[in-house]
Amino acid sequence: MVAPVRALDPPEAHASPPAHRGAGHRGLRVVLAAMQLGPTVVLVLLVVLLSLVSDVFLSFENVGNVLKQSAVVCVLALGQLLVIVTRGIDLSVGSNLSLSAVVGAMVWRDHGSATLAIAAALATGALVGAVNGLLYVKGRLPHPFIPTLAMLTAASGLALYLSDSRTIQGAPPLVHAIGAGRISWIPGAGPVGWFPIATIVVVAVATVVTLVTRRLVWGRWIYCVGGSPEAAVRNGIPVPSVLVSVYVVSGLLAGVAALLTLGKGNAGSPTSGALAELDAIAAVIIGGASFLGGRGTVINALTGALVIAVMRNGLNLLGIDPNWQYMATGAVIVGAVELDVLRGRLESRFRSLQAVTDA
Amino acid sequence: MSSGTPILRVRDACKRYGAVVALDGVSLEVARGEVLALLGDNGAGKSTLIKAISGVVRLDAGTITLDGADITGANAMTVRSQGVETVYQDLALFDNLTPAANFFAGRELAVPRWLPPGLRFIQPGRMSERTRELLDRLQVSLPDLEAPVALMSGGQRQAVAVARAVAFSSKVVILDEPTAALGLRESARVLELVRRLKADGVAVILVSHSMDHVMAIADRAVVLRRGRTVGETAPTPENHEQLVAWIVGATGGRAV
Repeated sequence: MVAPVRALDPPEAHASPPAHRGAGHRGLRVVLAAMQLGPTVVLVLLVVLLSLVSDVFLSFENVGNVLKQSAVVCVLALGQLLVIVTRGIDLSVGSNLSLSAVVGAMVWRDHGSATLAIAAALATGALVGAVNGLLYVKGRLPHPFIPTLAMLTAASGLALYLSDSRTIQGAPPLVHAIGAGRISWIPGAGPVGWFPIATIVVVAVATVVTLVTRRLVWGRWIYCVGGSPEAAVRNGIPVPSVLVSVYVVSGLLAGVAALLTLGKGNAGSPTSGALAELDAIAAVIIGGASFLGGRGTVINALTGALVIAVMRNGLNLLGIDPNWQYMATGAVIVGAVELDVLRGRLESRFRSLQAVTDA
Repeated sequence: MSSGTPILRVRDACKRYGAVVALDGVSLEVARGEVLALLGDNGAGKSTLIKAISGVVRLDAGTITLDGADITGANAMTVRSQGVETVYQDLALFDNLTPAANFFAGRELAVPRWLPPGLRFIQPGRMSERTRELLDRLQVSLPDLEAPVALMSGGQRQAVAVARAVAFSSKVVILDEPTAALGLRESARVLELVRRLKADGVAVILVSHSMDHVMAIADRAVVLRRGRTVGETAPTPENHEQLVAWIVGATGGRAV
């Protein structure tokens, strides 16, 4: 025990806060803070640019389309974010989506129960995620790239096998309404409405994930594990459980995305999620999350997903060859990661300045 | 402050790794408010000894008692909860988090208590408040408590790590090379912090290669060589040569 009465320290020992700090110091601080807003700035610039060159871009209908098209990637990106914060990656979410959608559609076809179909899709997603996590942690595979890559092919194969490589028609009406529906009571609606119901699901999921990451101890642990796995172990944080849990959540959210996809097309296709994992990973990276772990926010991951969607939509509206979209996405990814590298450099500059000015 | 009765006592500690004898019957004691320097060349057994005390390494023979209670063979978490904190060279900080989040990592202040720890809601306000109090007490001034540790200088980071170690009513704080990576001025701040721990009645075990720093703050120095205690003395300028001789093994040497 520390003695309750403390010896008084000599007054000269008191470290006074540094009287002044260099301008470079403050400037760096501002730059680092501004970098947090990087993804938002990119999105705003894109929107302004596209609204200038295209009349339809900012129309209610088109905005609704962008939101609708981005909903699935947004949901996947939220799960991917948690995984990437722990220094991991989940390559299987696209295949997981396909599999979960097929399972949901089959259960609906064979049993006609919406509840069962929804539960089956979500359970499939979470189960696939659990297998990923357990393979990584218990199977001691060197990097989550391996188990989730294996799952990418395995889940895709299973989806094709179960569906006999065919699209299974039909989805529960509720799921269809959520996945394909638009709200008609929002201003600018017209008779059919423009605001996709799927976006409400995105907002709901994002709210929950935000709450978890900012307020829940478990969320804090995710950032601890990503920041320093060794320190997390030494501080008694249950690292293996935290790691498994992020893959389960990522899988569960792939199940949610599967329901949106199932509803949107009113059918479960065994290839409906193909390559979606790449968009999800790109969204998180464009959103400024660090591949080195420990950093990344919900709002920025969503912004990243929107940047991709807006870019595609804009290039479409302008009638530019669709292949350019992929090249543009690639360029933005590189830009985002360069920014992360730059941030690391600036931080170490800041540290040395701190050591000099902080006497 | 120091009552003279040892708070931590190691008796005849032995540890071997295969054919290599890391500790060969080492005994040492440290009292409240005392700074004990642990000296020795690389491979002398310092590292094994502090790991044994902090519960990371299990001894083959010998006993460790803390405040009269036997903690031999207790694991790292238990030893920590008993009030022995170790600050390793790499600090084990979370660069991406604030000092407050670092302090409470793995033991966050959170409610409600009836939920399993992971599902509780953290109380950031209370954690910041407690952190501020503690840093004030240790007279550590940080430019910005809301900034991640990544933005802090080596000395500030070291201060955060040491403050974290004493945050939870520590009896014994083990510092492994706390000044190795620091500049002159930053080292001085860390030494000042060690003095405050001492004034607070904490027993400090300091592993350091810097004889200047040892002479500046340690009350007593124990020298290890090839897993044995080869000498023990007050680290004063007069004893400097003797200490170095013990460390490099130039003479047999005896405690003065």
